[in-house]
Amino acid sequence: MSFAWANQYEPKTAFTKWIDEKLPLPRLVYNAVGSGYPVPRNLNYMWNFGVLAGFCLVLQIVTGVVLAMHYTANADGAFASTEHIMRNVNYGWLMRYAHANGASFFFIVVYLHIFRGFFYSSYKAPREMIWLLGVVIFLLMMATAFMGYVLPWGQMSFWGAKVITGLFGAIPFIGEPLQTWLVGGFAPNASTLNRFFSLHFLLPFVIAGVVILHIWALHIPGSSNPTGVEVKSESDTVPFHPYYTAKDGFGLGIFLIAYALFVFFLPNFLGHPDNYIEANPLSTPAHIVPEWYFLPFYAILRSFTGDLTIPFLGTILIEAKLLGVIAMFGSILVWFFLPWLDKSPVRSGHYRPMFRIFFWILVVDMLVLLVCGGLPAEQPYVLISQIATAYYFLHFLVILPIVSQIEIPKPLPYSITEAVLGKDDTEAAPQPAA
Amino acid sequence: MTIRLAGILIGLAFTAVLLLWSLVPGVLNFSLPEEAEYEAFYEPNVAPEGGFSFEGPLGKWDNQQLQRGYQVYKEVCAACHGLKYVAFRNLGELGYNEAEVRALAAEWQIGDIDAKDGSDIERAGLPTDMFPEPYANVVEARAFNNNAVPPDLSLMAKARPDGTHYIYSLMIGYTEPDPEDQAESPEFETPSGLYFNEHFHNINIAMPPPLTDGVVSYSDGTEATTEQMAQDIAAFLTWTAEPQLVKRKQMGWFIIIFLIFATGLAYLSKKQVWADKKKK
Repeated sequence: MSFAWANQYEPKTAFTKWIDEKLPLPRLVYNAVGSGYPVPRNLNYMWNFGVLAGFCLVLQIVTGVVLAMHYTANADGAFASTEHIMRNVNYGWLMRYAHANGASFFFIVVYLHIFRGFFYSSYKAPREMIWLLGVVIFLLMMATAFMGYVLPWGQMSFWGAKVITGLFGAIPFIGEPLQTWLVGGFAPNASTLNRFFSLHFLLPFVIAGVVILHIWALHIPGSSNPTGVEVKSESDTVPFHPYYTAKDGFGLGIFLIAYALFVFFLPNFLGHPDNYIEANPLSTPAHIVPEWYFLPFYAILRSFTGDLTIPFLGTILIEAKLLGVIAMFGSILVWFFLPWLDKSPVRSGHYRPMFRIFFWILVVDMLVLLVCGGLPAEQPYVLISQIATAYYFLHFLVILPIVSQIEIPKPLPYSITEAVLGKDDTEAAPQPAA
Repeated sequence: MTIRLAGILIGLAFTAVLLLWSLVPGVLNFSLPEEAEYEAFYEPNVAPEGGFSFEGPLGKWDNQQLQRGYQVYKEVCAACHGLKYVAFRNLGELGYNEAEVRALAAEWQIGDIDAKDGSDIERAGLPTDMFPEPYANVVEARAFNNNAVPPDLSLMAKARPDGTHYIYSLMIGYTEPDPEDQAESPEFETPSGLYFNEHFHNINIAMPPPLTDGVVSYSDGTEATTEQMAQDIAAFLTWTAEPQLVKRKQMGWFIIIFLIFATGLAYLSKKQVWADKKKK
């Protein structure tokens, strides 16, 4: 669907007419990210991160496919083949650093994209499906990144895999057989590496598929915008091309500068030195930490230190490990319910004075969890992450529903045009909905 | 409505579980972890005066230094430590010409098989060979080293936090324990078979002090002090861990300058495209 005033694709040459009759792919692109897609004119730079995330996915697939040509998915050769890529393959070091830092930057971009969604309530009707698909993409990204980190078969690869696959062992009754089945043995081993490589190659294409659904779902109601007021007339929108292609081009440039600084000057800054030691099942690293982008969730996992028991009897109802696993998965699954937890009719955080404060507390809370997740599981960090974890769940499950009931939002602008120009002279503007 | 009510109840229940069964016992039993006894003796990594030539965004290798570092590796470290990801041909990057690389490779003995009868032989190294392992296997390495396996050094500079400085610090870290700290922890004693090293993470290391003044005599005439050799081997092992370090940074400059230029153009074109849509 599109707005009535959207530009129409008109093939001009005989060749494009012929293509358009047989397979209207240029038409599809024109309507998806070309002049045929009208977009609110007031999008700020936070709206760049969708396109940037798409760019990161392509970047990861391109560098990843090249790396796979030189990599050996074999427990005896994986670490050596990674060094072979670094030393002997022409520009192999560039491919590997681009891929490893590409993963980190993919997560930076996606976190900003998600928090943009939190602040502007991008999950609200009629855009729930876009949001749900987005959470699916994020879960797939986490699985892909986790398995990718195992492939160099360094110490952190191995021990990270051991800790994370060990989480499945916490599930009652079926946990241990399930874990053995997933890993292909009692601990990560050669078959784990092979299946992780296979899945690490497969999942990005699954992500690409869900991304297509995500964009498809986006094009049904059209993009949201910083006022949260829906598009009313043609003057509220501009065609995606050239307006947002130009703006995204500039955003991409800024992104690439930051990315290149890491790839060329700090390529190992976001990694862990222990991963330059080959995996050794007999030697446990002092601190096992996942990649930085998992740290908030790792902190949530570790903050459940006590078994849930019946007071005074001491009967264990749920073990601490299982509580932690439920909380960690729950911390992301709760995002699925956001469209129904936050019922405020106002979308944009700009017009929600109470919500806005809690939003920024959540941002700080996530950063606290990120820092705590990287620190050893000792006091006072455990205590801090427990408080931060409690806030995290309270925010989504208690504060958000209550705030959306009691908050008095600020007055909204009449239209996007008014928000941008200070006045809206559009004659054709229909009456605002009561 | 139902979802929100259920959400609030689940959220409160979940938080209650966390607070009552994890946080409260944590608060009741709160104690900061005790500082391990040996931490008083530990000193963080140090950098040599003037730093290393390859540090910083404009850093470059000092080929003389790398060649000296190679000499230290060959004459000292190689007795126990391998360099298995590095080939002799790579030494060409240290400023040796082809004939010199061939001569350097030939100074090493490489295990091979006889081309005629398949029996095990030793032959002179070729540029295409990798650096040989000092021990036949891990068991032999343990047997020779008081049950500790000397790690491969190819990646050491990247396998430790702040690796280059770590290697340098470790080399000059064989000091005597501070008598004041020792007075405070009278039970402290370096176990037999280990050596005190103030820059090693748990201060007692299995490796005997490898460097003493003059243990190598540099062919370029540099005085072989422990400090000098420590710098040279740290530089050489940084090169073995990241041979493309300097090339990478140089390439980075080109890319960054190009990107700034391209981003500037993108900004101008964005401004022009949007000119008619902005508030006047």
